[in-house]
Formats: sequence, C-alpha cells, structure tokens
Amino acid sequence: MSVEIQEGYDKAFDNVLRLRIMSILMVNIRYEFNSFKSLLQVTDGNLASHLKHLEHAEFLRVEKSFAGRKPLTSYLATEKGRKAFQAYLQFLEQLIYLNKVY
Amino acid sequence: MKKPEEELAEIKSMMERSTQFLSLSGVSGILAGIYAIAAAGLSWYWIYFPSSSWSDGTASLSFRDLLNRMLMLGLGTLIAAVSSAYFLSKKRGAGNAQPFWSPASKRFLQSLFLPVALGGFFCFALLHESTFELIPSAMLLFYGIGLVQSAQFTLGEIRNLGFTQLGFGLIAAFFPDFGLFFWALGFGVFHLIYGTLMYYRHER
Repeated sequence: MSVEIQEGYDKAFDNVLRLRIMSILMVNIRYEFNSFKSLLQVTDGNLASHLKHLEHAEFLRVEKSFAGRKPLTSYLATEKGRKAFQAYLQFLEQLIYLNKVY
Repeated sequence: MKKPEEELAEIKSMMERSTQFLSLSGVSGILAGIYAIAAAGLSWYWIYFPSSSWSDGTASLSFRDLLNRMLMLGLGTLIAAVSSAYFLSKKRGAGNAQPFWSPASKRFLQSLFLPVALGGFFCFALLHESTFELIPSAMLLFYGIGLVQSAQFTLGEIRNLGFTQLGFGLIAAFFPDFGLFFWALGFGVFHLIYGTLMYYRHER
C-alpha cells in the first residue's frame, strides 16, 4: 500500500484495551469501573492505567459517587473523545476502502 | 496494527456486549414452553373434567378449590420458568466469561419488569372481579409488551416472540372461550419454538 493516510488516526486507540473502553463509552452514557473490569476481564491496575491515559487525553471524564457507602467510579465520554472516536472509525473505513482498491 | 476489519469487528462486539444481555439461554425458553404446556394441560383437565380429577377420586371440585389450584399452578409455573431462565443464563454467561449482572442485563430486566408486574396485578384484579375469561388474553398482552420493550437489550428473537404473544393476546381477547388454547400456544408452543431457534443460532 503506497497511499499514506494519517487523518483520523489517533495513538490513543493504538492499544486494543483503550479502543474497547471508548467503544463501550460510545454506546453507554456512563459505565462503571467494576463493569468495565468484568466485561473486559482485565486487572485493576491495567484498566486503571488505560483509563487514566484516556482521561489525560480528555477523551473521557470521571464521575465519583456513592451507592450507599460503596464508592462508585463511573466514566463518561467527552465531546472530544466522541469526535476522535468517530474520526478513527472513518480512518478505519478509509483503510478498508483503500485495501480493496489498491 | 491489526487489520482494520478486525478492529471494526472488535468495536462492534464491544458495543453489543456492553449494551445487550446476550447470555439469555435458549434452553430455558424451551423449558418454559414445556412447563406452560404441562400447566395448560392440567388446567384444561381441571376445568373441563372436574369430576374425574385424579387427585381426589370422583369428588367434583368446588369453584373455590379450582380457583386456588389454578392460582397455585400459575405461580408454580412462573417460578419454575423464571428460575430455569436465571440458572441457565447464569451458567451460559459463565461459559462465555460474561457476567450475569451487568449494566446490560439490568436494563433488560428493568424494561421487562414494569409491564409484566403491571400485568400480574391487572390479572389479580380480573380474578377479583371474576372476569376469568380475559385473564389469558391479559397475560399474553402484558408479557408481549414487556418482551417487545426489552428486546433492544437482548437477542433479536425476543422481539418477534413479543409480537407473537401480542398477536395471540389480541385474538384471545376476541375469542375468550379459547383463552386457554391461545395461552398454551403463546406461552407454550412459541416459547418452545423461539427457545429452539435461539439455541441453534447462538449456543451451538
């Protein structure tokens, strides 16, 4: 493939776990830390570091609340995160299209 | 980097798994159908052949007796069907490493709960007012609404099962004399059919 496309590509989605996290946040208004953990089958530390990464990129924001006495940490996609994700989807579609053409 | 097709498939699967309760067991649908057919058969026997009921020889059942038995039978069938669905779905979820209690399954149960619970109370009201002939129709209709409502959070077959129940519910309302027959068709035969369909499509 000789044609280079970089538009829409985002390093934040390089990692499959981060891609999965953002995919989930695109279709859920908010998603809890523990729900992420059980759906993605990853360790606390691993999950937390990738969530932190996405938070630094301002792709998601954190919401802390309580359910009774239990602290709940939920995550929501930001407008920036949604745009970046959509751009990334378009980037993937372009890649597929180009792979077919060339 | 992975192939873009794989990445898109990955995204789609994550979106589905986080919003839909996919471990709903087809086998539990088959079992629910069998319980319902058995219950309908027993009711039919009790209602139309009261003098030859095996449990109390040739003594005919009083109306109150019949009512109590039907109520017990109905509740028993409900409990059997719900617990089969619970245990089998839980087992299936464990097989695919999908938690039973997830935001998706909660949404599914919440949207199913309101119409079904309302339907239950409505049927008690019908029972109380002695409008028995409309009970099968009401059960089918409320259950159908619940299924259609909650279908967006689970496997696609549930929506069609819901529409089937709604159809039979309406027909049963026009032909109340055949209420038990349509009840057996909706809750029995079609649970069996859709349970089998779900089993073959998703569990093998």
